[in-house]
Amino acid sequence: MPGIRIPIGPQHPALKEPESFTFELDGEQVINAEVRMGYAHRGIEKGFEDRTFIQGIYLAERICGICSTSHTTPFVLNAEELLKLEVPRRAQYIRALTGELERVHSHLLWLGVAGHEVGFDSLFMYTWRDREHVQDMLEVISGNRVHYGINTIGGVRRDISTEQIGRLKEMNKLALARTEYYIRLCTAEPTFISRIKDVGRLSKQDALDLCAVGPMARASGVKRDVRKDDPYCCYDEMPFDVITADTCDILGRAVVRVFELIQCYKLIDFILANLPEGDIKIRAPRRIPPGEAINRYEAPRGENIHFMKSNGTDKPDRVKVRAPTYANIPATLVTLKNCFVADIPIIVAAIDPCFCCADRMIRLSDRKGRDDRWSWGQLQHYSREWLARNRRA
Amino acid sequence: MAGAEPEGMTVEVVKVLGYLFVFPGVVFLFAYATFAEWFDRKVYARLQNRIGPLHTGSGGILQPVADFIKLMSKEDIVPAQADKGLFNALPLFSLASALAAFIMIPVFRVSLPYTSFPGDLIVVVYLLSIPTIVYFLAGWSSTNYYAMVGAFRNLTQLFGYEVPLFLALLAPAMLAGSWANGTWLSANWQISEVGKFYMAHPYLIPVNIIGFVVALIALQAKLERVPFDAPEAETEIVAGALTEYSGKKLALFRLTVDIEMVTGSALIAAVFLGGFVLAPVHLGTIDLSSLFSLLLFVAKTLFVIALLSLGKALMGRLRIDQTVAFSWRWLAPAALLQILISIVLKGILKV
Repeated sequence: MPGIRIPIGPQHPALKEPESFTFELDGEQVINAEVRMGYAHRGIEKGFEDRTFIQGIYLAERICGICSTSHTTPFVLNAEELLKLEVPRRAQYIRALTGELERVHSHLLWLGVAGHEVGFDSLFMYTWRDREHVQDMLEVISGNRVHYGINTIGGVRRDISTEQIGRLKEMNKLALARTEYYIRLCTAEPTFISRIKDVGRLSKQDALDLCAVGPMARASGVKRDVRKDDPYCCYDEMPFDVITADTCDILGRAVVRVFELIQCYKLIDFILANLPEGDIKIRAPRRIPPGEAINRYEAPRGENIHFMKSNGTDKPDRVKVRAPTYANIPATLVTLKNCFVADIPIIVAAIDPCFCCADRMIRLSDRKGRDDRWSWGQLQHYSREWLARNRRA
Repeated sequence: MAGAEPEGMTVEVVKVLGYLFVFPGVVFLFAYATFAEWFDRKVYARLQNRIGPLHTGSGGILQPVADFIKLMSKEDIVPAQADKGLFNALPLFSLASALAAFIMIPVFRVSLPYTSFPGDLIVVVYLLSIPTIVYFLAGWSSTNYYAMVGAFRNLTQLFGYEVPLFLALLAPAMLAGSWANGTWLSANWQISEVGKFYMAHPYLIPVNIIGFVVALIALQAKLERVPFDAPEAETEIVAGALTEYSGKKLALFRLTVDIEMVTGSALIAAVFLGGFVLAPVHLGTIDLSSLFSLLLFVAKTLFVIALLSLGKALMGRLRIDQTVAFSWRWLAPAALLQILISIVLKGILKV
């Protein structure tokens, strides 16, 4: 079957979110891969402009259902930078704690999805069970399991009591023990290894050239982590290592993520043991002085960039979000070339894609690039014609 | 005498029809296949820290039946470009061949001369490979890219596991065979005879352990279960060859897979684990051996199915090239080794 073009997406069981990939195949081998984004554009950036800064925090939280605090933190960091606020250290530690717990549940989620994509559903079931446990930990902190609503401009909204710290320490131990088991599993299970070893190779040079971020870059030997390079939330005071791998394949990405989990547990223990005393927030004015700010944040999936421009009112003039998935798409297309059809799902999943976070703009065009927007009347007309053609006798 | 002849015929016809359609034919098989699916799902779920089917019937035992009924009542879509005749006929072909294969497994102490004959072992293996060919044709005739990729994978996989399965099943039959008139009868390649032999010589069952493992793995591949489910890998090619099937036809295909699972595990249990045919056991004047052999059948097939579920839960999916490489690099040589062991042992033991 030479030259067959098969579509994966926008609707496909391998993709949890709509995204269109087109693959040119020679038998089971992929010759070329193309991507078309923009199926899940939600107009969030425009939405920021109609909301106050405080309302914007909750909108930012809903950019992603998994890394929600990864979007609110850079958002409030931007606002605080423009306000020149000195956020209390206790608040910064609590932000870091939420961020690390979020990283844990995101990486566990990824591990499960990776297992599912290569047909190892048992791994999926087990890691997701333990992800529940981590979400319970987040619930102890914030009262919520998914969108924590912990950040606010000038600090955090909820304090952590001594009892909560004790509970979290206990829960952290269990999570660590289970993760150690998964590390043994993903570095020893032969069928799992055989599916991810030497698959989806991305050389160090390519990773640098194509600006890969997060575990994708770190698995190709690029030591890049915003928490180390450009520390925020007191990360410069905390002990942790940047995990890298030099295998450049999906096995490397899995290894980077599972060992990052261990670092996360270490960080969580450190934060719980060394939580500074003091206030959790300082009052922030509603209006933010004019100016521009950019902040970076190491989300579980990689570097997340937020830009904010204020015009002196209580609403931002412009907010721009560059989610990590967007940065990893060019590198993914390179890794997809010359792979097997069977490896497509796991290669796409290896960047831990979150297409909804990445979709920014929609442009309607036909295959020749012409603008092809239809009016409502045209759509109705087309629909009637189509029905007339295809109506069953 | 003239009147007795048609009466005998009638009894015979009723007996055959009963055998084909009631026990151990269609009705029993439907019930047992759905039960086996429930058992498989339940074991698989428990291994994954889940509960599994729960609400339909006691402990969800009727869930597979409910699924079947639901699918039967669903809309049935035939793709506009499909070869309609072929597309519609294929589910029946696969179901028929799976049913026919099961008829030849000696479940009960009594079996008909039409269903148990010298060489039925080989016939069952071939009948069991018809569904795979049907899946290929199904994928091909539905003119869908996913289905076509799945169809090719079906066929590629067939070339991988079929030979090891066949070789592995031959080995115990060889050991059970006897020299007669200078020809090796090999228990006539008859499933019931092979079973009887191992029932009489249970100490020889462990000899075939390699063949048993090979046959289990090959059966897993035949049923397209993890780690050999590349032909229907959900995350890659949707549902493989059956992507375009829906409604009644899909229900029949799914029933086929269940029946294949029962037949395959029954075949392995019959050949490797001593079969189900018992010598008469008398309780007073009642012969209980039929009942016991049925219980033995259930226990042994469920044991095999539990092993298959375990394999499904423990591993990830292999790529199709890895499957074929694994089959020829490990399974086929292991099966040959088993045959060698059988031949050598045969020479030493002279049983």
